[in-house]
Amino acid sequence: VAGHEAHHPALQHHFPDLPTQKEAATFGMWVFIAQEVMFFGGLFLTYTIYRALYPEAFAAAAHHLDWKLGAFNTAVLIGSSLTMALAVHAAALGHRKKIVGFLAATIALGGVFLGIKIVEYADKFHHHLVPGPNFRFEGGDARAAQTFYSLYFAMTGLHALHMIIGIPILATIGFFAWRGRYSPGYHTPVELTGLYWHFVDIIWIFLFPLLYLIHG
Amino acid sequence: MSEHEPSAARPAHDAHEGHAGDHVVAVPVYLAVFAALMVLTIATVAASRVDLGPLNTPVALGIAVTKALLVILFFMHVKWSPRIIALVLAGAFVWLFHMIAGTGADYLSRGPVDPRPDQPVAPLGPPPR
Repeated sequence: VAGHEAHHPALQHHFPDLPTQKEAATFGMWVFIAQEVMFFGGLFLTYTIYRALYPEAFAAAAHHLDWKLGAFNTAVLIGSSLTMALAVHAAALGHRKKIVGFLAATIALGGVFLGIKIVEYADKFHHHLVPGPNFRFEGGDARAAQTFYSLYFAMTGLHALHMIIGIPILATIGFFAWRGRYSPGYHTPVELTGLYWHFVDIIWIFLFPLLYLIHG
Repeated sequence: MSEHEPSAARPAHDAHEGHAGDHVVAVPVYLAVFAALMVLTIATVAASRVDLGPLNTPVALGIAVTKALLVILFFMHVKWSPRIIALVLAGAFVWLFHMIAGTGADYLSRGPVDPRPDQPVAPLGPPPR
């Protein structure tokens, strides 16, 4: 009887085989990522409109961000995308220890990114650049500058939240990899986590020039 | 990378693959993409420090789009994925483009959009230089 045939423990009963299951899971992940584009899209739209309305104020406000920290974090996040890609690669080849090692490196680089972000946020609190009753801005249109910093905290905050959610997922996948759950034939969770992590990297690739490198 | 076939309908059955659904990309490809992303990061910082007039933002966005494509095609394996994946992603970006273009056209072609009682209304149209 078909139901009693030996099959892969990860294969769910409503899929005929692992490749079909993987194709469905991957497609679902991409639909989720498309939804994420729309989720962040609203913030990018708001940024575009307000920057078009107040270009000078946005440039003046952006000069209070440290582009060196932003550039360093960009490099850190690109590095974490590389280690993530190498973790997926190791999973496809069945190198258990390498999966765990590269996932650990990805988590470490993600932690460095968030640590730098904490330093930057603390600096903004210190210099009264956090929108609210204590916001102070001398170099021009303070109200538009406050709009810039509202967008800065909303966009980088939502991005950081995605990383804060992503790191425990990486740790969970790393734990399962260490336990030997994944094989060359089945490691879909590693791949899908990779897609998520790379997407978060892409968001930052746009945030860095739009927030830190406004010319003016 | 000449050994890679254009995306097949079902890469799971691609002859180059040893295992179900995996396209194993050589590690040097990942390292090359990483190097390109780092060079482009330096390029976007360098470009922002040169006054290109109205071109600064388009150049920055062009570099960012290039970097995003590198990540999508290679790190996210879309280059070797079924075309339906690229279609889903393209749909999301077309939607984003329409939202920004449509809303932007509306904001920039109407009258004052952000009247502020305490300050003069910001000028519309091209920003004053």
